[in-house]
Order: sequence, then C-alpha cells, then structure tokens
Amino acid sequence: MALLEIKNLHARVNDREILKGIDLSVNSGEVHAIMGPNGSGKSTLAQVLAGRELYQVTGGEVLYNGKDLLEMAPEDRAREGIFLAFQYPVEIPGVSNMYFLKAALNTIRKNQGLAELDAMDFLSLVREKMARMKMDQTLLNRPVNTGFSGGEKKRNEIFQMAVLEPRLAILDETDSGLDIDALKLVASGVNSMRGPERAMIVVTHYQRLLNEIVPDFVHVLAEGRIVKSGGKELALELEQGGYASLGVYDEAEAVGKA
Amino acid sequence: MSSSPDTLQTLATQEYKWGFVTEIEADAIPRGLNEDVIRLISAKKREPEWLLEWRLKAFRHWQTMREPSWANVHYPAIDYQDIIYYAAPKTKKDAPKSLDEVDPELLRTYEKLGIPLKEQELLAGVAVDAVFDSVSVATTFKEKLKAMGIIFCSFSEAVQEHPDLVRKYLGSVVPSSDNFFAALNSAVFSDGSFCYVPKGVRCPMELSTYFRINAKDTGQFERTLIVADEGAYVSYLEGCTAPMRDTNQLHAAVVELVALDNAQIKYSTVQNWYPGDKEGRGGIYNFVTKRGACRGVNSKISWTQVETGSAITWKYPSCLLMGDNSVGEFYSVAVTNNYQQADTGTKMIHIGKNTTSTIVSKGISAGHGQNTYRGAVKILKSAAGARNYSQCDSMLMGNQCGAHTFPYLEVRNTSAQVEHEASTSKIGEDQIFYCRQRGISTEDAVSMIVHGFCKEVFRELPMEFAVEAQKLLGISLEGSVG
Repeated sequence: MALLEIKNLHARVNDREILKGIDLSVNSGEVHAIMGPNGSGKSTLAQVLAGRELYQVTGGEVLYNGKDLLEMAPEDRAREGIFLAFQYPVEIPGVSNMYFLKAALNTIRKNQGLAELDAMDFLSLVREKMARMKMDQTLLNRPVNTGFSGGEKKRNEIFQMAVLEPRLAILDETDSGLDIDALKLVASGVNSMRGPERAMIVVTHYQRLLNEIVPDFVHVLAEGRIVKSGGKELALELEQGGYASLGVYDEAEAVGKA
Repeated sequence: MSSSPDTLQTLATQEYKWGFVTEIEADAIPRGLNEDVIRLISAKKREPEWLLEWRLKAFRHWQTMREPSWANVHYPAIDYQDIIYYAAPKTKKDAPKSLDEVDPELLRTYEKLGIPLKEQELLAGVAVDAVFDSVSVATTFKEKLKAMGIIFCSFSEAVQEHPDLVRKYLGSVVPSSDNFFAALNSAVFSDGSFCYVPKGVRCPMELSTYFRINAKDTGQFERTLIVADEGAYVSYLEGCTAPMRDTNQLHAAVVELVALDNAQIKYSTVQNWYPGDKEGRGGIYNFVTKRGACRGVNSKISWTQVETGSAITWKYPSCLLMGDNSVGEFYSVAVTNNYQQADTGTKMIHIGKNTTSTIVSKGISAGHGQNTYRGAVKILKSAAGARNYSQCDSMLMGNQCGAHTFPYLEVRNTSAQVEHEASTSKIGEDQIFYCRQRGISTEDAVSMIVHGFCKEVFRELPMEFAVEAQKLLGISLEGSVG
C-alpha cells in the first residue's frame, strides 16, 4: 500500500478552482518532484496536504498510511509524520527557536507513545543536527525565523525536518531565494534524510534543485492537473526545452495566449 | 478546529472559573454617601479625630469635582448614591487574632481560589494580609516580621497602633484632592494594607495581599501605604479574584509608596477581577490611583502589573523621581477580551538629577476588547542627565478589537535622553498554521506566542506570581484565536 494516495483531488481558494483532479501515489522511500510553471497549483497541493484551511477541498480523496487525510486536523497530520517545509517560513517573535522545536518534537513523540525529551537530551540531539546543517548555534536562542535571512529561514526548515524526522516530507520551493552554496547545503541536509522509511515530495519551479536532490519520479503540473509524469530525465528535458516544450505556460502567459 | 481568519475571534469562551459567592452575613450600612456616612465609617473603625477630618475634607473636595472623561473607556453613568460604602464580615469580636478565629466559610473561599492561607503560611514563606470585603481578617507571619521591626498590618490596625507613621505619610504621595476617584477613596476608604520597613532592613519575604470583593453591590475602597525607610527593601505582591456578579461594581483603590534614601520597593500586581460575561454584562470597574515617590537619593520603585480582569481598567501606576539617581520602572501586561476596556499606563516624573525610568507595556486585545496605553514622561528643568526608555507593544487577536497608544513626552532639560519604541502585531492565521503544521495545537500556539510577547514583563514578577500570571493569561485568552 502506498504511503500517500491522492485520487482526483479538487481544491479551490475563494471561488477559484486551483486543483482540478490530481492523482498521485507516493511510496515510502521514494522522492517525487512536482514541477510546473507559476500558478499551476504546486504550492496549493503542498498546502492542501498539510491541511491549510484557506483552501477548500471540493472533491476527491487522500489516503495517508491508509487513513483519510482530509479528515485530520493539521496538527494531527504533523503528529502522524507529515512535515511541510514552508516556501515562506513564518516569523514568530518572542518564541525561541529551541522552545518551539522542543514543543513540536514532544507532541510528536507523545503521539508515538515515546517519553518527552527533557532540555538536556533535546539540546544534545539538536546540536548534532545543527552541525550537520552547518547552522549557527545562536539561531537556537533567537525567535523563530525572526530576523533570519532568507537562506537561514530555509535552512531552519530543513533543520526542523531533521529533528522531527517525518515519514512524509513536503518541500515547497525550498530552493527559492537560495544562492548556490546555500542550495548545496540544504540539498545535502535533505539527501542525508533519504531512506526507505521516508517519502519526499519536492515542489520546485526550477530544475537546479533536482541536480542536487535527484528524484525518483518527476511530475509536471499545469493548470491544476498533472500533465506528464516520468523519471528524473523528465526534469532535464524541461530544462532544455522549458515548460513550453510540453505546451505548458505560466498562468499569466497562458492568459495572454488565450 | 478551524483556523481561518473569520473564526479568529470565535473561541473566546472560557467562563470565569472563580465565580461564586460566599454566604457570610455582611455588616453593611445603607446605600448612598453624605457626611453622616463618612462619620459612621470612621466611628465604626474607631478612628482618631484627625482622620475623620481628613476624610471629610476629601469628601467636600470630591463634591466639587467631576468624574474624568478623558480616558478611552465607555460605561453608563455611575450613581454614587446607589452604592453601599461599607461592609464588613460579621465577626464576634472586632478582629480575629489568629486563623482559628477566622470564619471557616471565609477560609473555604480562599481554598476554592487555590490560596489556602494555612498552606501559604506554612509552605510559601509568604505573609498574607487577606482583605475580604473591607476588613482584614487574617494577618500571618506578623510576629516574624515584627522581630525585624517591619510593620505589616491592615490599614485600620495601623491607624490604631502606628498613628504617627500613618499621619506622616497618608496622602503625601496621592493627595486627597488628586483626582475624582482618589478623593472618593480618601473620603470612604474602608481598609487596606500598611507596611513600614525600617532603616537598613531588607524584608526577607514577599509580602502579599489577596484582595477580594464579595458582598453584593459593595464598592471597594482599599487604601495601601508602603514606606521603605533609608536603605530598606521590600517586595509586595497584590493579587485578586472576585466572584461572579451581574451588576457592575466600583473599585477605587489608592496605593501610595514612599522610598527614602537608597530604599527600594517592588510592587507586583496580578489583577483578575470579574471581567463581565461574553456579552459585556457585569464586571468590575477598576479605577485605581497608584503612585510611588522616590524621595531619597538612589531610591528605586518598580511597578509590575498583569491586568487580565475587570470590565474597565483605569490605572496609571506612576513614579515621582525626586531623589538624585532615583529609578522608576513600569512593566505591564494588560489583556482585554470580550467587551473589556483598559486605559492604563504610567507617569514618570523626573525631578532629581540623573534619574532614570523604564517603561515596558504590553497590551493584548482580543474579542471586542479595547486596550489603551496612556503614558506620560516628564523631565523637569531640574532633572539634568535624566533618561527614559519606553517600549509599548500591542498585540491584536481577531478583527474586532482595538489597540491605542497615547504617549506624552514633556522634556524641559536639554541634557535628557528619551527613547520611545512602539509596535503593533497581530497573531496571524499563518503563525497559527505554522505551529499546527509542527504538531502544536492552536491553544498551545496562542499561549506560546502570547507568553513570548509578554516575557519581558513576566520575568520581572516573583516566581510564584509569574506562574499564576501565565495561567491567568491562558484562561483569559483561551478561545480567542481559532
């Protein structure tokens, strides 16, 4: 049984239909890339899977680990192992990164029937993961994402992922706003977490991230539907020919052509 | 649970947990106010002539004053002739000598509130001067304090036992003519606390008073006077809860602090009076005058307040920085939820040289709550080298509440440094979603964000109070963001 099974998923925001029937099956151990032009619905898909109520699901179903995902509250999805690395990580002034992450980890551990970690155990766990992400330890004591540079925010997301060890990680445009060095660092953090027990969905506009995080499958999303699926070579194809080679355009361009 | 923006204010549902009325016969006098009522109050308390005269003078002045209308709060007119100005729990003797003599019903009330006197006496190392309605009924640890020369007792007792000290300092910081509510209080104050720490003595424990309004329709007019003599130190805690009520209750307290040379007073408040129901019915009107005078050189007064209760709060704990190098501090968290209104802040009056003041104000508005910071920093001509730092932050939860800031700065000495910072933020749906995506529930997320917002103030509170304050904040805001 697939870890994630999306069937004919439709979703809208306000009165605009964005997802118009998505089918996707993701198994443990697999890395799927979702590519597509701006406005194709990539980020919407990521947010819907995480349970953002801004988006209204109007049809279809999503099974996660055999359970009806759409019935679950966002925090329950997180506790069951779904992690979304945000395209725009949110600033929470006044709440230290360490306090936040410890609270998150402990709710997830509690859900798994594990004992909560105390401050000492947590700190030693975190130190190790920070070193791996080459993150400045002072970031731990700073408020969540507050005053972080764009690159620090993105690295912080992957660092959180490393600590929370999700079963399904969804990376929403994690490459945007990163220079090449930061991109490599983030990618190596992600790659170090690949394994048979974990699935990943990597949402990206550009192929360059996929040079670093090589996917098992690539899907091209356009106008709310997956128009083409293939192996990693599909990403290279797109790089050479652009989305236009598939007859797919940015939303704005599409409107212009209509 | 939903977290869409239009449900951001739907949760506000936590009922006032401590709404109950204790059945104790109250020894109340008839409604209304005139000179006879004041004479009666004074006589019941067997006060000396000078104090009666002081009250009458205040009353006569009060009659010429008008209720202030400049505050950003709105409420129906108060009928001052429809208020009972004195109520005391009936006891066999005039005052109980120990806890054993205290009405057991009263003790049970405190237990329901989670502040069992006996346990506090034994465990917490806190001396409690418990004010129930208007007469102090129990004072603990008094003997221990007495051995150090510290006087800590009810105001009435101080009038009897230490009339010279009371006469010397009463009204010396807040004159009886200061403002409408202070004048009213001066005329009719029933009881309160008195504390005197002698020269060079550091009070070894936090002194604590639990105020409580109980008898129906009884105005509360507390009077607190704390004097720290040269080189003395005292930390005083004031906390309160009140039973559920339908009608609005007026509370007009006066607190006066006096710090002499090198003395230090830390005054902390957790205020949790009944805020009214979800529709804004009922709740306490809290019109309080609190002021401290740093009379001596190098003296320091610091006010910390966590205001979560009351339908209306009108309160500006202030410092008169008279002594050279004296220091004034004001740390405040004010929460307004449902239909609560708060107009609160501070005044820092710099008179002495090199005086410094710090103001940190955190206002949280939820529901239909209206939260106003009003502060004045005055640097007089004499205050060479004075410094002030003010920080006023507002947090909004939902779309129907309001935050307002009115800082007044008046600087008459060019060597002064005055800094003011302000911010307004909103607990956003995106922040809540971010937390939930990490497994943290909405309630926990709100509590985390709010505590983060307030921590600069909380860390000024004594430990046991900080815990209570965090709990209160959670209760007050539970359900404010969905």
